[in-house]
Amino acid sequence: MKRLVNQKPDRLLAIALGILPFVLLLIVYLVASDARLDENPNDKLLPAFSSIADAMERMAFEPSKRSGDYLLWADTYSSLKRLFLGVVISSLIGLIFGVLQGAIPLVRSGLSPVVTAMSLIPPMAILPILFIVFGLGELSKVVLIVIGITPFLIRDIQGRVSQLPSEQLVKAQTLGANSWQLIIRVILPQVMPRLIEGVRLSLGPAWLFLIAAEAVAATDGLGYRIFLVRRYLSMDVILPYVFWITLLAFLIDLLLRFSSHKFYPWYHRSQQ
Amino acid sequence: MSFIKVNNIWKEYGETVVLEGVSTQVERGEFITIVGTSGCGKSTFLNMLLGVEQPTQGQILLKDKPLPQEPGKDRGIVFQRYSVFPHLSVLDNVLLGEEFSSSPVMSKLFGRQRREASNRATEILEAVGLGHAIDKYPDALSGGMQQRLAIAQALIKEPKILLLDEPFGALDPGIRADMHELILRLWRELKITVFMVTHDLQEGFSLGTRLWVFDKRRIDPHNPNRFGARITFDLPVGDRNAAEVPEVHPQDPDLKKIA
Repeated sequence: MKRLVNQKPDRLLAIALGILPFVLLLIVYLVASDARLDENPNDKLLPAFSSIADAMERMAFEPSKRSGDYLLWADTYSSLKRLFLGVVISSLIGLIFGVLQGAIPLVRSGLSPVVTAMSLIPPMAILPILFIVFGLGELSKVVLIVIGITPFLIRDIQGRVSQLPSEQLVKAQTLGANSWQLIIRVILPQVMPRLIEGVRLSLGPAWLFLIAAEAVAATDGLGYRIFLVRRYLSMDVILPYVFWITLLAFLIDLLLRFSSHKFYPWYHRSQQ
Repeated sequence: MSFIKVNNIWKEYGETVVLEGVSTQVERGEFITIVGTSGCGKSTFLNMLLGVEQPTQGQILLKDKPLPQEPGKDRGIVFQRYSVFPHLSVLDNVLLGEEFSSSPVMSKLFGRQRREASNRATEILEAVGLGHAIDKYPDALSGGMQQRLAIAQALIKEPKILLLDEPFGALDPGIRADMHELILRLWRELKITVFMVTHDLQEGFSLGTRLWVFDKRRIDPHNPNRFGARITFDLPVGDRNAAEVPEVHPQDPDLKKIA
């Protein structure tokens, strides 16, 4: 018998082991839900799958009586638009400042301390300021995401630029590169796949800030809906919404990972 | 007038003296191999020639002008590792030097210009034995092929000086012998001045026209960093005349004896 640390599952076993906890969670939920509904058919805490399906049909495929929108899709669109705007703006700022701070010591000395200080501000604490300054519209929600994840992205990119082997930068200089050429031909292309990694890591916080902003002040969005129906203990809406958000987050992550492999195959080969 | 003149240079890091009073002269077309124990300052010396480090005192003159205080295209370099760009194909790695000079803003060549530069790059790649791999990426190349690429990259700028910092230290012995042959051939054909730092004494004796040994002349046992290294031996090896250097085989048993 091999030691436990040397026993590796084959592909089939690995997949089965991966699925097992999901199945267990599902069974636990079903059993608990059944037990509660047995005692009180009007229990709202752990709704049966049939009532979840009913609620979702109402949210996704029937127009809302108040606004005429298909709420699930309208909420998804609003939330994804905010998330997308926030993440794209943050990535651009993160890329530009991260590369400049990583590549140019004079810029690093000037900006690194202030970026570090800003990254320590809890973004939620300044949410009221954002609402005061930018109003309750779209802008303040996007700005919260930007403020929340940009300092991390700048510092991440700066770190990754300084991790590039100095030999490469010296070599490029012996090939006649000036500072600008060094940045656009040597540093920037090598930082792009690392930016994607940074964005993948910051998507969790980005969702957090989005939902927080929507919970506090919004008229639509996935986070807004969850906090709205909480008043009616509508677990049959909240649970599938949470599942839907998780699924979206997973799909975005998958898309980023896939495009990184597609556009920067050399990076992933050299990481192995 | 000497090609390179080293005037009494010292290098100190705080209390630690790495080099003390190194003076020498080098003529165009010499092939200098530099050996010495770890930490004797041979890489520091090479870095000063490269321009990434400056002497604490003294100066290095290139054709009677002080050496620029940063790396430039007149001095090519091949490091032991990380000299090639992983995000560029073999051809693009070599083209890069051309693109830096021909396209200041975009640093990228297109159309006819690119085709012309590609022809030149391909010639160089064929000369170093990489003609079959121009579309590959560095991660698909063996260690020896990566070093061939690093050499090809440097050659497109036609540097007057080629600096080699333990370029073959990480390679297998058989491949190392092939690389010796390559570097000797290029040195003879292009008449460049080569400085090569090596750990391998045999390599030092067999490759160059001149061998430098860096060592500390004085040692204070209570304070080993008190004194720095100098060139303690400056030996003519091989043949001084670049054009007529005999074929050298590193496996030659006689050379092993010397080493």
